Amino acid sequence: MLAILLTVLFDGLAYGMLLFLISIGLSVTMGMMGFVNLAHGAFAMFGGYVATTLMQRAGVPFLVTLPVAFAVVALASIVVERLLYQRLYRRGPLDQVLFTVGLTFMSVAGITWFYGPSQQPVVLPAFLQGQVNLLGLEVGIFRLFLVAVGLLVAAAVVLGVERTRFGAKIRAAVDNPVMATGLGINVGGVFALTFAIGSGLAGLGGALGIQILGLTPAFPLKYLVLFLIVVSVGGLGSVGGALLAACVVGVIDMMTKYFLPEIGSFIIYAVMVALLMWRPHGLLGKKS
Amino acid sequence: MTPSCPPSTAEAGWLRRRGGEIALWLAVPLAVALFLPEYYLLATHVAALGLFALSLDLLVGYAGLLSLGHAMFFGIGAYTAGLLAVHGWGEPISGLLIAALVAGLLGLITSFAVLRVQHLAQLMVTLGFGLLVFEAANRARWLTGGDDGLQGMVVSPVLGMFEFDLFGQTAFFYTFVVLALCFIVATRIIDSPFGLTLEGLRENPKRMAAIGTPTAARLRQAYVFAAIFAGIAGALMAQTSQFVALETLSFGLSAEVLIMLLLGGAGHRYGGLVGAAVFVIARDLLSDLNPQYWQFGVGGVMVLVVLFAPGGVLGILRSLRQRLMPVARTSTTKAVPATPATKGGTA
Repeated sequence: MLAILLTVLFDGLAYGMLLFLISIGLSVTMGMMGFVNLAHGAFAMFGGYVATTLMQRAGVPFLVTLPVAFAVVALASIVVERLLYQRLYRRGPLDQVLFTVGLTFMSVAGITWFYGPSQQPVVLPAFLQGQVNLLGLEVGIFRLFLVAVGLLVAAAVVLGVERTRFGAKIRAAVDNPVMATGLGINVGGVFALTFAIGSGLAGLGGALGIQILGLTPAFPLKYLVLFLIVVSVGGLGSVGGALLAACVVGVIDMMTKYFLPEIGSFIIYAVMVALLMWRPHGLLGKKS
Repeated sequence: MTPSCPPSTAEAGWLRRRGGEIALWLAVPLAVALFLPEYYLLATHVAALGLFALSLDLLVGYAGLLSLGHAMFFGIGAYTAGLLAVHGWGEPISGLLIAALVAGLLGLITSFAVLRVQHLAQLMVTLGFGLLVFEAANRARWLTGGDDGLQGMVVSPVLGMFEFDLFGQTAFFYTFVVLALCFIVATRIIDSPFGLTLEGLRENPKRMAAIGTPTAARLRQAYVFAAIFAGIAGALMAQTSQFVALETLSFGLSAEVLIMLLLGGAGHRYGGLVGAAVFVIARDLLSDLNPQYWQFGVGGVMVLVVLFAPGGVLGILRSLRQRLMPVARTSTTKAVPATPATKGGTA
């Protein structure tokens, strides 16, 4: 029983890492510019399709497709941001919601048009398949890999935000954009770059998650709610909060699916509402 | 905005102000009955969803609240009317009233939680409640039929006289009359001091609190009104189609009704109705061709509306009218009280 519990816990963590990778960009950009980007899931899906296309059409190995997915999605997101999003920063949240949901619909329909509605396959390299014995616990190697990548990215993001000059600019822009501009920080530029990195990470998460999350054109709509839960429960703009919330959401979701399937997603939604009642700005969010 | 609104104005002025509207409300059902009787079903759909969008407008367009879970009230109204009709209470009008009551109660209960939070948290809490109710209905198969939907509704004739017929004639006129009555009530609410208070809260909650408005109480009342209207809309949909699908509670419907409202123009009484008409008719036309066309098309339209026509269809019409008839502006602003130049949701 304990072994099952620990395995499920570990699977939940791996799942949480994927949610973290995808949600972190959304959290930072929403915290920075207050831009409600509900099309964020579409960036993750785009990364997934870049990876699967490379693997199927060009025979590129799985590990190589990951950085490519990151780079392609990051570049594409810069174009989208400069062309479209930056026109909407001064608009109300409703306009932003309508606009980004519209973009999501268009990308869902577009992907269905080119790839069809079915599930995309992924072939993992042999060394990522199978199980390994970790401290007496049988865990999937791929899940271990996911947790490692997730922790690595989290560490890189935290260090990048806390220790680098660019990170200091991001923090300044999140805390007080007007003052940051006054100090000569190009807030728009900082934002564009942060947005690109965040979207790239979403693309990476989408590519990594093909096996666990699945990859169909419905992906952005199916997981949007989970991403939003992670962002709002974690607290806008908080890297640590997003990591914590993603792990909590991942573990709770996995636990209920295993042990209480008849209750379904009930618990995760109830927990979210309760947490937001308790801390409206998220677990680690700051009061605005 | 000074209280230059209805109560004090004379009776003759009332007819002059509303005459055009009344003519419109009489002409539309007549036109449907005479020229498009094969579209009764579609028109019924438009009327019910139009009422639903109107109810959301009270929240989003007037009170400046955010909601991603409004389908909760629509669905609860639909299931209430549906369950009554399945279990032998087929009288439609009392069914509507009970559905309105249940939806209003749910609105009252949830309003305390929803109004505690703002911005993103408010979006997420409304979304969370919507998903909770959806999951509850999905799991309670014995009661709701789960994802097969609620079947076996037997609805009695309206007022004991008009039986629901195969062509949907009774369904259409029944829905339309209820919509018209609700629209009159909504107009009275919007024109009342209470309605102006809501607009004040949308524009500047702090100042409204400073001049002595009981902010939370007013918003809670608006939330309950919106829930009641949405519940009636859901009950209408259930009674006229004699079936309740689980989708009436879904997040997808919450998003769709928001799209309808913004497409038509939020913060305007006719915004929801126009948006519902455009949305439902376009879906009917395009889905026949190919569902992907529809999804791509509606996404594209949403993007274009936000970029180039933030006021929706009615916003375009208004700016056209102002460009064509700049002189008539003073009289029109008087006739249509409280047309916000900027859109709702500046919270």
